Amino acid sequence: MDFQVVVLAGGFSKTLVPLVSKEVPKALLPVANRPVLSYVLELLEQNNLKDLIVVVESESAALLIGGWISSAYVDRLHVEVAAVPEEIGTAGALRAIDHHLTASDILVVSGDLVCDVPPGAVAATHRRHDAVVTTMLCSNPVSGSTESGSSGGKDKAKKHYNIIGLDPTKQFLLHVASGVEVEKDVRVQKSILREVGQMDIRADLMDAHMYAFKRSVLQEVLNQKEAFQSLRRDVLPYLVRSQLRSELLLNGVQSEENGNDKDASQNPKIVLSQLLANASTPSFHELHALGPNGFSLSPRKTHKCCVYIASKSNYCVRLNTIQAFSDINRDVIGDASHISGYSFSAQNNIIDPSAVLGSKTTVGPQCMLGEGSQMGDKCSVKKSVIGRHCRIGSNVKIVNSIVMNHVTIGDGCSIQGSVVCSNVQLLERVVLKDCQVGAGFVVTAGSEHKGESLAKKEK
Amino acid sequence: MVAKKSGRNRGGGGGGTAAATEVSVEELARVPLQAILLADSFATKFRPITLERPKVLLPLVNVPMIDYTLAWLESAGVEEVFVFCCAHAKQVAEHLENSQWFAQPNFSVTAIESNNAVGAGDALRLIYEQNVIRGDFVLVSGDTVSNMSLAEALGEHKERRRKDSNAIMTMVITQSKTSPTTRQSRLGTDELFMAIDPDTKQLLYYEDKSDKGTVSLDKTLLSDHPSIYLHNDKQDCYIDICSPEVLSTFADNFDYQHLRRHFLKGLLDDDIMGYKIFTHEIQSNYAARIDNFRSYDTVSKDIIQRWTYPLVPDVQFVGNSSAKLDRQGMYRASVVGQSRSAQVGPFTVIGSGTTIGSQSQISNSVVGEGCKIGANVSIEGCYIWHNVTIEDGCQLKHAIVCDGVVIKSGVILEPGVVLSYKVVVGQQFIVPAYSKVSLYQQPIKQDSDEELEYADSSSGFMDASSLSGLPDKLKEESTIQLSESQLQAASEVGSGGVGFIWSTSEGSHEEEWRHSVAPIPAAKLLEIMHTSNNELEVVQQDGNLPPSGELERDSVTANSNDYDDDDVDVKDDYEVFENEVEATFKRALEENIKEDDVILEVNSLRLSYNLATADCSGALFYSMMKSALSAPHPSPSDLVKNAATVITKWKKLLKYYLPSIDEEIEVILKFEEMCLESAKEYSTVFVQILHLLYDKDIIQEEAILNWASEKEGADETDKLFVKQAEKFIQWLNEASEEED
Repeated sequence: MDFQVVVLAGGFSKTLVPLVSKEVPKALLPVANRPVLSYVLELLEQNNLKDLIVVVESESAALLIGGWISSAYVDRLHVEVAAVPEEIGTAGALRAIDHHLTASDILVVSGDLVCDVPPGAVAATHRRHDAVVTTMLCSNPVSGSTESGSSGGKDKAKKHYNIIGLDPTKQFLLHVASGVEVEKDVRVQKSILREVGQMDIRADLMDAHMYAFKRSVLQEVLNQKEAFQSLRRDVLPYLVRSQLRSELLLNGVQSEENGNDKDASQNPKIVLSQLLANASTPSFHELHALGPNGFSLSPRKTHKCCVYIASKSNYCVRLNTIQAFSDINRDVIGDASHISGYSFSAQNNIIDPSAVLGSKTTVGPQCMLGEGSQMGDKCSVKKSVIGRHCRIGSNVKIVNSIVMNHVTIGDGCSIQGSVVCSNVQLLERVVLKDCQVGAGFVVTAGSEHKGESLAKKEK
Repeated sequence: MVAKKSGRNRGGGGGGTAAATEVSVEELARVPLQAILLADSFATKFRPITLERPKVLLPLVNVPMIDYTLAWLESAGVEEVFVFCCAHAKQVAEHLENSQWFAQPNFSVTAIESNNAVGAGDALRLIYEQNVIRGDFVLVSGDTVSNMSLAEALGEHKERRRKDSNAIMTMVITQSKTSPTTRQSRLGTDELFMAIDPDTKQLLYYEDKSDKGTVSLDKTLLSDHPSIYLHNDKQDCYIDICSPEVLSTFADNFDYQHLRRHFLKGLLDDDIMGYKIFTHEIQSNYAARIDNFRSYDTVSKDIIQRWTYPLVPDVQFVGNSSAKLDRQGMYRASVVGQSRSAQVGPFTVIGSGTTIGSQSQISNSVVGEGCKIGANVSIEGCYIWHNVTIEDGCQLKHAIVCDGVVIKSGVILEPGVVLSYKVVVGQQFIVPAYSKVSLYQQPIKQDSDEELEYADSSSGFMDASSLSGLPDKLKEESTIQLSESQLQAASEVGSGGVGFIWSTSEGSHEEEWRHSVAPIPAAKLLEIMHTSNNELEVVQQDGNLPPSGELERDSVTANSNDYDDDDVDVKDDYEVFENEVEATFKRALEENIKEDDVILEVNSLRLSYNLATADCSGALFYSMMKSALSAPHPSPSDLVKNAATVITKWKKLLKYYLPSIDEEIEVILKFEEMCLESAKEYSTVFVQILHLLYDKDIIQEEAILNWASEKEGADETDKLFVKQAEKFIQWLNEASEEED
């Protein structure tokens, strides 16, 4: 397909502390007992996109992630892991790996994306319109967060409150602003509205952080606009804003007059896509380029920004908050179980054959119990994920929670709506509600915690 | 009552549009459907023609515009129409009486005349007071041409009303892409930006006049409506289906005049009573309003090309004599005297009794009844009304020629010319492009600012009333006067010609091509494209400087724009206020209204425009002096006498608004301003009037002295009147010293 894929895997995200620690970067957080990054990688593999660059912030995280990838995907994918400095933003990260980009189109995917939207479809849309950028939009997450605590869900929805303007055919992106940036009003350029005539302004779509870029354009923008930090906040709005009066050099970007011979001969596929694009009725971009009545003073340069809108039935969520982490874990073994890749038992749960359950212990539907874990008597597990090699005592209740690997839980504990990281010890009769317990932490016997974040002090 | 219930149930049961239409038809049968037709557009775009006739009576393809509107209303099932007449009210009423509309069964037309309405708001308030509207009604203006069926829109409106009593209005819109270069529609109207909820069709935003580069929607809109369609490809047909609440809203908000700029904006921005407005888009039917000369041209062509069927020249829909349709869209009345060698081209209408000489060529034009067209005349894209004489060898391109015009031989009319009633153009004269010629002289005080629609229309109303109010004898006199001034007039439109060429104020001359009947010249298009391209580049450069701070920049410029706008508004407000006070005062003079009542009215005006008492005294004084000026005054001393009578009569009124020295100074300043600008006649008698005011105890000596000392530091030009009054001031000074 001649698409190069860049997976932005991030580093040790501060928003996810205490789940993220020096040993576990964001990309390796477990979702149904698999690192979250594996969902993206497998999705790409399914779409036959096997030439990947995984960009990781900081060397130490790159080592951890690189190690995991080489062990898990050694024969399946051709992956390069590149480390970039921290806090340089998504655009900065791409700028840093500029020399690795060689293919004509680049697909940029966020490493924390858990979704079932085929990237191939995004790539195809991109090629069909010969666009400079194509972005994937999905409906605002409603499926998962509705049943969870509504408070957290709302916060998240607000944060990703995007305002997106589409053309009547819903193929082109005309306006983009994210709610955080917009103070009060939505300002739409009239010039573009004049060309298109009608714009559909939506607040119910979310930018899913999967973009297809034309490489030459991406590199040009990154080189010229050194202040651009973020793909979503800077690069994408810039391209959308300037689509009817492009300043790009148009290295074979434009299909018509300036079709670059050299480029075209090198890339027969582009020629084909141009033919396809021209065969359909001209979009407003071409009409604008031609000028009114078909005569124009100077050929106007335009470029296209396209969208791929995932259908409502698709699952698409980013793991970028603690709330999202819990939601995704629950969804992957619950409503969106098809993503997990596991086969569920008749009770609609997954219990590893090597796990040991005591007498009168029940594991409800939409639960997962990892290999080698042991549970005592009279325990009850509902809608929760329990990792590998955990030792759980008797009379323990675990509801709506995630317990990672090698966790020890004493008798009579009650865990509700919480996340318990690896190597944690909960002594007897601990009660946790809506808490996060960082890796290796020891919770004293009989203590009760509600809505707290417990972690070891960083040295 | 039973029928009503069953009907409603059927409609509510989800019977679809068919059922809804049925319901509305049933309902129509019970409550007679009413319509308000505004026979005055409260604008001056058709000047100078509208000085002599109201716009709604101007012929459109040889039929007065109002007849199209009435014929459509009748065919659409409206049973009762209230025609609101203001400018030239008598002429409109006369036309209605002579037409067959009064004789139609199941269709009643009532004329409501008013002389003091300055906008649609006044009209609706008056109708509200008369208490004649009983239910939902259709609001249109008398220049609407349409063939849409109202049943569907009405059905939708009633359905919405049943669910939500706040849905008080349904606006009819239609598809029409504005040109991105000229930024106007094919009807010559400004580009329009609307935001509509695609599911409910609720109108959320409306902007038809703005220079801002962005459309800004309130963010809260998006939280209520997940999807909003922002349109630049729709056209407002100015056909509104209203509930009675619309009238009461106008009554409650007595400063509302303009239907769109005030009423709509008020409802959308200020959320009055939670009222909502919805839209109804017509797909295949025709609806357009004639707003300017360009839309006159466009709609005429649409009629000839039969988009408005059945309102076309060969179908008799109202007293028009039907013409026969030939091939290529040519309509010819039965009695036409056409020379064999004359060529009448496609899409042309020729009225009955018209004769066309040899070798003449006519194409894409409308020619009225009883016209005489000589030989070798070429007419292209013109609108020639009735009884026009065009002598040999004339060339007419894209012009409007009104009744009774005589065009002598060899005249050339360049594109965009308008010749008003009975103008005579002298031999071999070339009338320059876009010029407007009338027998009437252009009013001296021309409000060049387009925004001042109300100022315009109110002065228009005065002209109109003074013209239409004149008895025939006076009219004759005026023609005699004209012949006296013929020498001057003749020089304007060639030897032997009669008429004044109206000069357009500089600002609007630039824009003349926008609203003319002539097509936009290619050179102009290129020019606009150049400027718009440059604009884009400029905008873009701006946009590039701050990478993501673009929003801030936007908001800053927007704010400064807002500020400017406000500034302009304040100024406008005062002028509008002044005009209103003037109108009030005029009415008081005519109808002998008591001082107390005038005070009440002026006070309410002051409150509604949020102005100070000093403004009132200034405006009132201005109105008084104006009225003194309007009375005949052969010599300056007569003018002083006039002023003296007016001031004596209304002294109490004026005194009421002069509680302190400051207001008195304001009056002097106002007077000074008048002498310099609007009423130069007073400049010679400034001192006399000032003395008069002092004698009548209206202005105290302290005020005059203060004014003089205030002016001391001013420029020489500013001191003009202080110098004139020097002696008087000196005398005042001496007098006060003596007292001491």
